[in-house]
Amino acid sequence: MGRITDCFQRLAGTGQKALVVYVVAGDPTPATTVPLMHTMVANGASMIELGVPFTDPEAEGPVIQLAHERAMRHRVSLRDTMNMVAAFREQDQSTPVVLMGYVNPIEAMGYEKFASLAAAAGVDGTILVNVPPEEGLVLDTALLAKGIDPVYLLAPTTPEARARMIFERSRGFTYYVSLKGTTGAGNLDVGEVQERVAEFKTYATTPVVVGFGIKDGVTAAQVAEVSDGAVVGTAIVSLMAAHEQQPEQLAEAVAALVQEMRTAMDTVS
Amino acid sequence: MTHTEHNSLAADTATRVAGLNEALAVMPDETGHFGPYGGRFVSEVLMTALQELDEAYRRLKHDKKFMADFHYDLQHYVGRPSPLYFAERLTQQAGGARIMLKREDLNHTGAHKINNCIGQALLAKHMGKPRVIAETGAGQHGVASATVAARFGLKCRVYMGADDIARQSPNVYRMKLLGAEVVPVTSGSRTLKDALSEAMRDWVTNVDDTYYIIGTVAGPHPYPMLVRDFQSVIGTEARQQCLQQFGKLPDAIVACVGGGSNAMGIFHPFLEDSQVRLIGAEPAGRGLATSQHAAPLSRGSVGILHGTRTYLMQDEDGQVLDTYSISAGLDYPGVGPEHAWLKDIKRAEYVAVDDQRALHAFRQCNLLEGILPALESAHGLAHAMELAATMDKEDIIIVNMSGRGDKDIPTMAKIDGMRLD
Repeated sequence: MGRITDCFQRLAGTGQKALVVYVVAGDPTPATTVPLMHTMVANGASMIELGVPFTDPEAEGPVIQLAHERAMRHRVSLRDTMNMVAAFREQDQSTPVVLMGYVNPIEAMGYEKFASLAAAAGVDGTILVNVPPEEGLVLDTALLAKGIDPVYLLAPTTPEARARMIFERSRGFTYYVSLKGTTGAGNLDVGEVQERVAEFKTYATTPVVVGFGIKDGVTAAQVAEVSDGAVVGTAIVSLMAAHEQQPEQLAEAVAALVQEMRTAMDTVS
Repeated sequence: MTHTEHNSLAADTATRVAGLNEALAVMPDETGHFGPYGGRFVSEVLMTALQELDEAYRRLKHDKKFMADFHYDLQHYVGRPSPLYFAERLTQQAGGARIMLKREDLNHTGAHKINNCIGQALLAKHMGKPRVIAETGAGQHGVASATVAARFGLKCRVYMGADDIARQSPNVYRMKLLGAEVVPVTSGSRTLKDALSEAMRDWVTNVDDTYYIIGTVAGPHPYPMLVRDFQSVIGTEARQQCLQQFGKLPDAIVACVGGGSNAMGIFHPFLEDSQVRLIGAEPAGRGLATSQHAAPLSRGSVGILHGTRTYLMQDEDGQVLDTYSISAGLDYPGVGPEHAWLKDIKRAEYVAVDDQRALHAFRQCNLLEGILPALESAHGLAHAMELAATMDKEDIIIVNMSGRGDKDIPTMAKIDGMRLD
């Protein structure tokens, strides 16, 4: 069994929900990423989504677009991103790491080569924003052969029949994009999210994690009430921009934010 | 071989060829693929909207009223059919095949872009979407979108790279006059590809009430198909006009290729006429040997961007490269997936024409024909003139004169050291 499934089982044992944190590899600098991953885990993160820098991050709001641009200034590639995971694994064998991003760097590397290198680095899954299940068949075969979970996404616009198909294809967990919009948009309707996730949970075959628009502990706690976990991305990434020049302050600020989210989520669960 | 055997072989060959031709004509497949290209590489949020669009379009293209409305506007609003004009002096200059210009530059708003915009605005109306968005590079598609929005009473927002806004101020003002909101895009390379990404972000956010008018034969399925179909009026007319004027089909068709909508529009009705050479001219910018061009079919590799798998300008890490062309309308790192397919199966050929050759053709067209072509179209013309010289006098080349060059006057004046204000 993979680290992702282990992680959800461990959390179920303690009655906690997954706090999934997102940073872009190499933002603000390549040297910051691995220490920051450890900091986030030490402060309560259950799982890490590591963004793969890309020149054209279509689904991101302005905050995460700039994170991709900062990482691209250091020319951080898919291969570099996997090297960071391998470095993280030297000290952490249990926290799942999922690569999140756009498919083109993987397409350029080749599916099988990517799957081999990712598995060797200790990557547990992929979330590819621009690959719906219909376009992911060939890639999934390569990933599954190496024990990597293809995580698919659900959206507010996804009808039930399609959601069932997505659950069939998704491994590890399924990611509910909780709003119509880009990452970090401000229009999250928590009541609507809770309702929709509760509906998914009646037929879900994987854990359901909610992301996009979770800005603070209160929202994370409300989302965690009905789901198996919450993703915090833009809120963390904003700190990178604010503390680009001060790595120590950055680590402190990220630690404090992750702790706040963890505490809030543990209060409800 | 007996007579019967021969007949049966001929029939068999005919069936096989018909099968092949039919296969070409009915692309893409059900899932929106042209062989390995195309598809629907988008966020889950958009999947349902794209399915709805696909269903609406498949229904409406067989709807007599819808198609009648489309053709009414093409005739009375756009001014179709556009002439197929014999460029006698350019032909003499080139010294070979007869050069015919398909005059899309005479359309309302000055380019072929309007054909597609009429079709998509009608789709938006039928789908009950009160708001349209569009991306634009040179501003031609933005102007065409703003125009149809005014014509059909739709709210319109156009995304345009901040650098392109600076280069194309007359078109920006024109869109504003038409009541559209023009939003500068400051992310990435601040040009067309970033405007496209930003339009997709808007669509993801406002998918319930918004229709996205994509301006070229790229993007996720069904856009490459429906934009091609709306633009096919160019090729359908050209085919009839050529048969009427010469009693035969042309020997070659040449069109410039950025995203590739004018080329796809004129190529598509000729796909089954295997004797007609189809040639797309990509922008070679400062030369294919430099990194400053926008010729993915000539120098790119297969990748995925803006919803589709196609040839792309990218580095070995799969990062999309900045492109360059003197013509803003061709300055895009990808190309429509059907062109990628036609290249691979060798039904179309793709060449690259650099800035200098395009500028030369631009000037010759002005001096010898009294026609001011768009810099985009001048790329096609440049290749056609060189090709004509290698062909027989009886041969016919049709060049898609996809747009007029009024918008390029500031660029040209700058090159010539003229001050316009």
